[in-house]
Amino acid sequence: MAEPEPSSESPAAGSQGTTAVRMVVVMGSVGLFAAIALVATYMLTLPRIQANRAAFLAKSITEVLPGAGRYQAFVADGQGGIAPAPEGSDGGRIFAGYDAADSLVGLAVEAQGQGYADILRLLYGFDVECRCVVGLKVLESKETPGLGNKIESDPGFTANFERLQVRADPDVLALELVKNGQKTEPYQVEGITGATVSSRAVTDILTRSTTALLPLLEANLDQLRHPPEG
Amino acid sequence: MTSATASTPGTPDTFLRGLWRDNPVLVQVLGMCPTLAVTNTVINSVVMGLATTFVLVASAVLVSATRKLIPKQVRIASYILIIATFVTMADYVIQAISLEVHKALGAFISLIVVNCIILGRAEAFSSKNTIGRSVTDALGMGFGFTGALLALGVIRELLGSGSLAGVDVMGPSFEPWVVMVLPAGAFFVLGAILMAFNWLRARPS
Repeated sequence: MAEPEPSSESPAAGSQGTTAVRMVVVMGSVGLFAAIALVATYMLTLPRIQANRAAFLAKSITEVLPGAGRYQAFVADGQGGIAPAPEGSDGGRIFAGYDAADSLVGLAVEAQGQGYADILRLLYGFDVECRCVVGLKVLESKETPGLGNKIESDPGFTANFERLQVRADPDVLALELVKNGQKTEPYQVEGITGATVSSRAVTDILTRSTTALLPLLEANLDQLRHPPEG
Repeated sequence: MTSATASTPGTPDTFLRGLWRDNPVLVQVLGMCPTLAVTNTVINSVVMGLATTFVLVASAVLVSATRKLIPKQVRIASYILIIATFVTMADYVIQAISLEVHKALGAFISLIVVNCIILGRAEAFSSKNTIGRSVTDALGMGFGFTGALLALGVIRELLGSGSLAGVDVMGPSFEPWVVMVLPAGAFFVLGAILMAFNWLRARPS
């Protein structure tokens, strides 16, 4: 590729100051253009993006809580209780799903943690009475295609979460990861061969989340059953 | 600043050069990061190709229109700022169209900023040519890039998942070649395509 010719407009000696001013003016103008274009695009696309996010979350909740016609979001209030989630909050929410007769169908809980690649965000269904995980949906994952991303698609692995009982004994971990084909106890998760790190990540995220939430949910079950009108 | 920025769209050759003779992927071997990383499905390939084409064309217009205003010393900084702006706009638009596609492409949308095809065309072509010719050149390069990505995407999705654009075409008895959707498969397919392309070009016509 030929060297570009020196510009015919190159400043004569002595106009160094003018050039500096011009550089600042040009960079400033480009920056101003960028700012205006970005703000405009952001404002134009924001409603659609939020609608997409909400639709994806709603779809995931229905998958985890079949039969829930409507749901309400709660968060831990930090004092052992729960409160309705403030508008626009993201992460750590507990969704209580209700059927047409307004009775509690189940809970869907957001949880996240480090996966093999980047943060894994999960949504799991939880049955407080049996202390069971009753469904799992991966909301966000960058796990290796073909290996780690089997946590979403491997039928043997997803079957773990159809009814997975957590141990409430504080001396042992709530869940335990075992090798494929070695599950004997209701609290054991069968890992995926070739995707041990991702399997462990899912198990660890669920262990942490259920351990933290179980006492909270048991203490506040009445409030979840009879939510404030909304 | 009165000289012609009038639209002379350039010759068909301006367009065909990017599409075929100087194809950014198959001849210049530029933009390898998205080429290898996101061509595991047809949809991902097309979206990545079109997003890159949009950024190429939009930045070609702006770089060409301002080519006599931007001082030489700050031209690269200005081009990168212009390119980054359009990439971020493309990022928002893709999120608004489909969150799932945006998730599948991950960080590679934002990384269009550092795709050397775009800065390369801004520096080598748009900064020296009229808007019309720059747009023609950008379209040629963009479609050439999209076409090359699509070629990889079709082969990799067909063999790696047994489907095309998410539609199952190989039937239930097909055992997917997992390696095809993994990074190694991208290298295999790109190598095979480059070999075929060079053989085609080297053939005495």
